[in-house]
Amino acid sequence: MTMHFNDETFRGDYTYHNSPEAIRRFPFPFDQDSYMYSVNIEQHPGGPKGTPFEKTFDVDEHYVSEMADREITLAEDPLRCQSLPHMELAGWDLLELIMVSKARDYPELFTLHRDGNDWHWINRPLGIEKKFTFLDPATLPCGPMEYITRQTQGDFALLHERDNNLWMDAGMITSQADWSLDFDVGMNFFEWHAPVPKARKMGVFDKALKFLLAVGQGQHYRRLNWTMTVNPRLDTSPENYHKWGPEKRTVTPENVGQKQFLRVELQTFFRLPRSNALAFPIRCYLANLEDLVSQPKWGRRLHRVLRDIDPALADYKGFAVNQKMIVEYLSQFDDGAPTSPGIFADA
Amino acid sequence: MKLALKVTEIEQLSPLVKRFRFEDPAGMALPVFSGGAHLTVEMSERTEAGEIIRRNSYSLISDPYDGGGYEIAVRREDKGRGGSLYMHTKVAEGDEITVSVPSNLFQLDLRARKHVLIGGGIGITPFLSQLKQLDMEQRPYELHYAARSRDEAAGLKLLPQAAHVHVHISEEGSRMDLGAVLDGQPLGTHVYTCGPGGLIAAVADQAARLGWPKASVHSEAFTAPPPGEPFDVVIASTGQSIHVKADQSLLEALEAARVEVEYSCRGGACGRCHTKVTACDGRILHNDHWLSDDERAAQQDIMPCMSRFKGARLELDL
Ligand code: HEM
Ligand code: FES
Repeated sequence: MTMHFNDETFRGDYTYHNSPEAIRRFPFPFDQDSYMYSVNIEQHPGGPKGTPFEKTFDVDEHYVSEMADREITLAEDPLRCQSLPHMELAGWDLLELIMVSKARDYPELFTLHRDGNDWHWINRPLGIEKKFTFLDPATLPCGPMEYITRQTQGDFALLHERDNNLWMDAGMITSQADWSLDFDVGMNFFEWHAPVPKARKMGVFDKALKFLLAVGQGQHYRRLNWTMTVNPRLDTSPENYHKWGPEKRTVTPENVGQKQFLRVELQTFFRLPRSNALAFPIRCYLANLEDLVSQPKWGRRLHRVLRDIDPALADYKGFAVNQKMIVEYLSQFDDGAPTSPGIFADA
Repeated sequence: MKLALKVTEIEQLSPLVKRFRFEDPAGMALPVFSGGAHLTVEMSERTEAGEIIRRNSYSLISDPYDGGGYEIAVRREDKGRGGSLYMHTKVAEGDEITVSVPSNLFQLDLRARKHVLIGGGIGITPFLSQLKQLDMEQRPYELHYAARSRDEAAGLKLLPQAAHVHVHISEEGSRMDLGAVLDGQPLGTHVYTCGPGGLIAAVADQAARLGWPKASVHSEAFTAPPPGEPFDVVIASTGQSIHVKADQSLLEALEAARVEVEYSCRGGACGRCHTKVTACDGRILHNDHWLSDDERAAQQDIMPCMSRFKGARLELDL
């Protein structure tokens, strides 16, 4: 397998685009024609060949450009990457998990040679070759979490477990749906989830935390979350709201199909061996409405979901201002026919 | 997740305690782990009723970063449910053995400026892996090991000779003085205790008296399920009645009757086996460390890995 990597941007001229193949494999998050929060957790990895669920860490055509975008965000704001001192060991655990998985799943892109703690890492798409000593921070240019997450798509939170709770004590967060690591760092599971409407009362967070605390080594899980973003922008942070917030006002009935993106987060959970910390990668996938309606099932379903969604969720997810325009656009693609079960497009 | 391993070493550490080493039969590296982790050993026994599987959890005592093998130490409990007797009398070098992947309910809090580890008797076991991790991470610590006699101090053979490892043998007149151990520790020290309930309570008490923050005081909650009087339970969904024998835990009896219940620690600490009670005419003997006092009093929840029942009827939401 050779992989093609797009040359594209996630800001400014926004040249981000999906190939037909990327659209077909898009992780469409709705398995029915309506949506409400739930403890939607399943085992990971595992899924049809070619889908983003197949490999532990999915690498796709956006890889190289996403990493370039992360570099820009970090250069402007180094606090997007933070690790409290006791989390360094978890950083090494994460580095090992990612390097071992990627070298196993994509041998033509990544290679890892290990001789005891002498490691040799080759990342061909990014042109990186590095010899270093595992668990010795002096042999890497930066901390282990930062080192590996500058080479891995998606945001990463590392959670420290204590007092029957999880604490966000480290993270690399540059492609977030309007939340801030600098604000959340050091908070526990209930504190950082406080802005979410309805879910706490529904018992979703109590059950989810209990589940996460019981996640053991070697048992990995995932869930999908979603929101809506205008323009293919990875960095929709509160810090930069002044840059992307006003863009919501640039949507018109003519351009909504191109400008309005469904933003899907593939969230995974891993118990890390040496630190007993929990790793929480949040991988972001973007597809605009035009991309999505190319799959008739998705066009129909997305129309119904966004038309009927609880107003509190539309508000929290930040698309209430454009909801009417989005639903009107999508209604052209909904002939009222029934949709098949499951998230995947019809063959 | 389960691992099929081979018993490669058995060593008598003291008259009552044996050390077991398990390795992958093909020499593959096992998952590494964190200090304080335990694993669950499966012990299969043939009885008239067919094969039954008993599962006991034991702290890992080997180097957490070494995937070459896992080691545990097992104290023979002649009055227990038979798990430790099985390990002592039925398991031989060369045997195959099924264990769980390591899991940790007693991890070090790496925010601590210093770690004080206090082990009483067989409660020394989780600290053996922790001190290896502390050495590797180059964190300051001291360990205190209290035992009645040298004969009972199985851990002596496994502890390094070092200035920060202190052994207190009460028979020899060197009883541990908790006040002296805890007083004067630098701010930001965490203390960890594993051993008899009395020791855990005494450390918590002493730490509170010295004004230590609660979050800096840790103890290993899980213990083996106690035997007790036999009783019966009813499964609400099927009406099936299941007998729990004196030397069996409720969880084991459910498993023997092929009623699925989730579990992890099998010691009342992880919460996995939490089961709702649909009818209770009698008294639940709560032996777990999971349910709150209010939940215990309400008698609408039970942790089958540890707890038992005395009374006329107990019905479970299974
Ligand atoms: C430890 C892992 C997790 C981390 C680090 C995490 C983090 C976050 C953060 C930072 C937010 C944004 C809150 C804000 O508006 O400021 C969020 C939202 C949310 N989280 Fe989590 N979360 C985790 C696990 C889970 C799990 C297991 C569930 C299961 C139900 C869950 C459900 C939600 C929901 C429903 C939202 C609202 C999302 C939306 O409507 O866009 N989270 N989470
Ligand atoms: S199995 Fe852990 S509490 Fe029962």
